[in-house]
Amino acid sequence: MHETGIAEAGIRAALTEMERHGASRILSVTLRIGALAAVDPEAMRFAFEVACGGTPAEGAGLEIENVPAEAWCRYCGIAFTPESVSFFKCPQCGEYSGELRRGREIELARLEMDS
Amino acid sequence: MHLLHNEFPQSFHHKPKARAKPGDVITVDVRTEDPADIPPPGDFRLGGETRFVRVDIPLLAENNRLAEENRKHFKEHKLKVINLVSGPGAGKTTLLARTLQELADTVSCGVLVGDLETDSDARRLRHDKVPVAQLTTGSACHLDAHMIAHGFDALQMEEGQLLFIENVGNLVCPAEFDLGETVRVALFACTDGEDKPLKYPPIYRSAHMVLLTKCDIAEACGFDRAQALENLAKVCPDAEVMEVSSRTGDGFDRWIGFLRDLL
Repeated sequence: MHETGIAEAGIRAALTEMERHGASRILSVTLRIGALAAVDPEAMRFAFEVACGGTPAEGAGLEIENVPAEAWCRYCGIAFTPESVSFFKCPQCGEYSGELRRGREIELARLEMDS
Repeated sequence: MHLLHNEFPQSFHHKPKARAKPGDVITVDVRTEDPADIPPPGDFRLGGETRFVRVDIPLLAENNRLAEENRKHFKEHKLKVINLVSGPGAGKTTLLARTLQELADTVSCGVLVGDLETDSDARRLRHDKVPVAQLTTGSACHLDAHMIAHGFDALQMEEGQLLFIENVGNLVCPAEFDLGETVRVALFACTDGEDKPLKYPPIYRSAHMVLLTKCDIAEACGFDRAQALENLAKVCPDAEVMEVSSRTGDGFDRWIGFLRDLL
């Protein structure tokens, strides 16, 4: 349920960028969300729409760019895409890893603005 | 609100459909239940050109920055901070109450406890030597670094040594929010069922230590201990695992020893 806070942080950052670029409206927003970021896309869409209300981003489109998980095996020194979201088993040596290289991102990636 | 065709409110579909026969003129109400005035996108005088800007701003950056401030602040005060996380009912408050009983006479402790509402946990944790602050988060499902800074301000701790944070009971959101703690301890109750770490991996993966709680009733619950430990070893191979019962005190020697070693 922390999607609300994330959406609000996202809109705040987007509006700051908008002003910095001298634009007056935000037409679309792209968020980059890792596969293991504990963010629910549906809840995110809803929270985003609410957060945009009454701002120059009202009605803006939301695109979500998914980042697949990438784990790291310290024994083999290789990065791998885990087959399970629960645990990361190295395909080479079979050891379990708790290290994630990618997949927890929650980022404002791109903005589309007028002018 | 822009509604797609398949998103129109149910009631819209249930209205009897009028059909215009040749020669008829009818009115079809296509309003959505929640019409909103949205300014038109862009400024047509600018030729309708839009531009894309790549920004790459991490959205938890603000929390992470505040968490680092907390961490620095705690370090200056030589305070070790323990963030207890788990789903509701895994035994955080009971664990903490017994921990304070065993520790607070010799070690200076403070407690911040987060819940959406009520101060019943804080009252359960009352101890003559320990300042306790209940943080009521309203609708927030986790504590964040900013709330901790405020909460810590509200505690009168003279030369405090250990600060316990009982997070909001939630197995999802607290995983993402660094509070500036020294150690994060995830509780995993035997009553949760042995597959909990597989279902909610991020919170266990984010923890330095996992405490298996309610071990006194593990057998009665049909808890498969070996399977639970195997699941933890898969999900969070680097986390230290301890088994405790806050009711009987089993395993508390190790847990209290761990806390004393932090000092």
